[in-house]
Amino acid sequence: MMDKYTLLQKIGIYFSLALFILFMLLPFVEMFIASLRPLTHLFSRPDVPLGETMTFMDFMSRFYSENMSFQAYRDMWVTVPQLPRYIFNSVFLSSAVTFFSMCFIVPAAYAYARFNFRGKTLSLTLFLAVNMFSGAVLLIPLYKLLRMYGLLNTYWAMIIPGVAFLIPTGIWLLKSFLEKIPYELEEAAFVDGASRLYTLRRVILPLAVPGLIVVGVAMFIGAYAQQFLFAITFNQNRDYMPLPAGIFEFIGYQDVLWNEMMAASLVGILPVLLIFLFMQKHLIAGLTSGAVKE
Amino acid sequence: MSNLLQILKPKTKAQTTTLFAWALIAPAALVMFWIVVWPLYETFRLSFTNSNLGTLMSGADYVGWENYEKAIGGRKFPSIVTRTFYWMFLSVGLKMILGLIGASLLASNIRARGIFRALVMPPWIVPIAIGCFGWLWLYNGHFGLISNFIEMVGITNGPFSFLAYKQSAFYSAIVTDVWIGTPMVTLFFLAAIQGVPKDLYEAAYVDGASRWYRFRRITLPQIMPTIVSMALLSAIWTFNSFEIIWILTEGGPRGATTTLIIDTFKTAIFSYKFGAGATRAVLVVLILGVFSVVYLSVLNRLNQRYGYSGVQK
Repeated sequence: MMDKYTLLQKIGIYFSLALFILFMLLPFVEMFIASLRPLTHLFSRPDVPLGETMTFMDFMSRFYSENMSFQAYRDMWVTVPQLPRYIFNSVFLSSAVTFFSMCFIVPAAYAYARFNFRGKTLSLTLFLAVNMFSGAVLLIPLYKLLRMYGLLNTYWAMIIPGVAFLIPTGIWLLKSFLEKIPYELEEAAFVDGASRLYTLRRVILPLAVPGLIVVGVAMFIGAYAQQFLFAITFNQNRDYMPLPAGIFEFIGYQDVLWNEMMAASLVGILPVLLIFLFMQKHLIAGLTSGAVKE
Repeated sequence: MSNLLQILKPKTKAQTTTLFAWALIAPAALVMFWIVVWPLYETFRLSFTNSNLGTLMSGADYVGWENYEKAIGGRKFPSIVTRTFYWMFLSVGLKMILGLIGASLLASNIRARGIFRALVMPPWIVPIAIGCFGWLWLYNGHFGLISNFIEMVGITNGPFSFLAYKQSAFYSAIVTDVWIGTPMVTLFFLAAIQGVPKDLYEAAYVDGASRWYRFRRITLPQIMPTIVSMALLSAIWTFNSFEIIWILTEGGPRGATTTLIIDTFKTAIFSYKFGAGATRAVLVVLILGVFSVVYLSVLNRLNQRYGYSGVQK
């Protein structure tokens, strides 16, 4: 009863939702249309004679051209021959960051979820406080640090800071997953004489797999998203550049090759979009479970 | 040596637990120390030196408060700080409002909610830089969608380059920042709304409370803890927001979109003035720290006076 709407309310809800989603998706739609339009069409303003105003049809003409094609998706590999390399770098960097960050996140999250110990609250707060410092604030010493170890212009220059800035969020997320695994299971293992490490490996980890996957995917998406800053400051080597930094090569020379740039962008976000599509239900449930306490 | 081992040897069960827990946390803690805590200290130290590209290896000289005097006394500093806060308040405010509207819509009892929910997420999961390339094209003066659209509607009578003028560049950057930040806020608000006990609504409904009344008197107070913590998190991230402004305008035109973070980056990385840049970074940390403390204590005050459960436990 309570959740029934009148027709007018229903229309209102759908209309507002449509507007909301239009705002969220408009850039992607426009990117896709631009990627299909030939460059000459992209760079032709709707023809409006001097002194006259643009009509609706003039405006609509910008969305359609007879020569629309997927040509840009072929040409972009020629314009920027390094493109496959950039996409590979992006995926590789994110995978590496995910792997290393999970190595640090899993044991720490387990400790926070399971034990009461001295300094628990304080250290957890300190971990979370790291969120206050964006990478941009720490760039100078990080630059010096990486330079000292000779890691500038290597994959490590982007992996190490990437890992560090994801660890706090990861611990926080995984902790709320692990807290849901009943403690009795562990006690039973203890009673049977299992060591702590054995329990962690054989009892907890198998049960935690769904949580681990969600946190891992969240880390991957996070790593994919945050590459830009570290890439432009710590890496000058084009062989190691991730896609967001590499896409700048479409800008420059003479014109901006908008159609190819948009095509490359869309191809570049495909990995994360696909992962998100498959995982979105679990991901959304997992990400928000820590935020809502009963 | 054996004495040391004696001390380290756990004596009670609680000590064993503490030791084991810390052993598990140690690797993560060490990484944080290496990549965040030490650099933070180093930033602080550098902010009192004249470090630049030339002195990077030979060692810089201690210059006392000179960098701070120059930074704070600088002609542009007051306007940069004001702009940064204006940027933060406006953007966070819009994200909260849009997020609340979006979450309420997605929480309503309609068909295909799951699909709508998934459609809201892309701006958040796609790399910020790539989303910004899309906006760069949208804001294009001659060929961009928005410029063409407002010309068609009759607001302008020619091309309008959004990123070329001081005012419009600033607000365009805000729109993009809101676009990127809203999905996450929406998602967390939605989860909070769905966590509100159903019987509260039913009781109110039986008593004849309107939808708006139920939203105002049940939903809002119930999700207030989430709103409050999201607002703080969002404020910190927005304050630190770098990529959006950098890709859209690089802080221009004529400094119109230069926030503290952009100013820090420009000084340190582009002009290689590491000391002066570090000073700005320290100021960012200080300002954010003060802001967070003030925010939380004001909330506490409100909490005591009005009994809102302001901060999440």
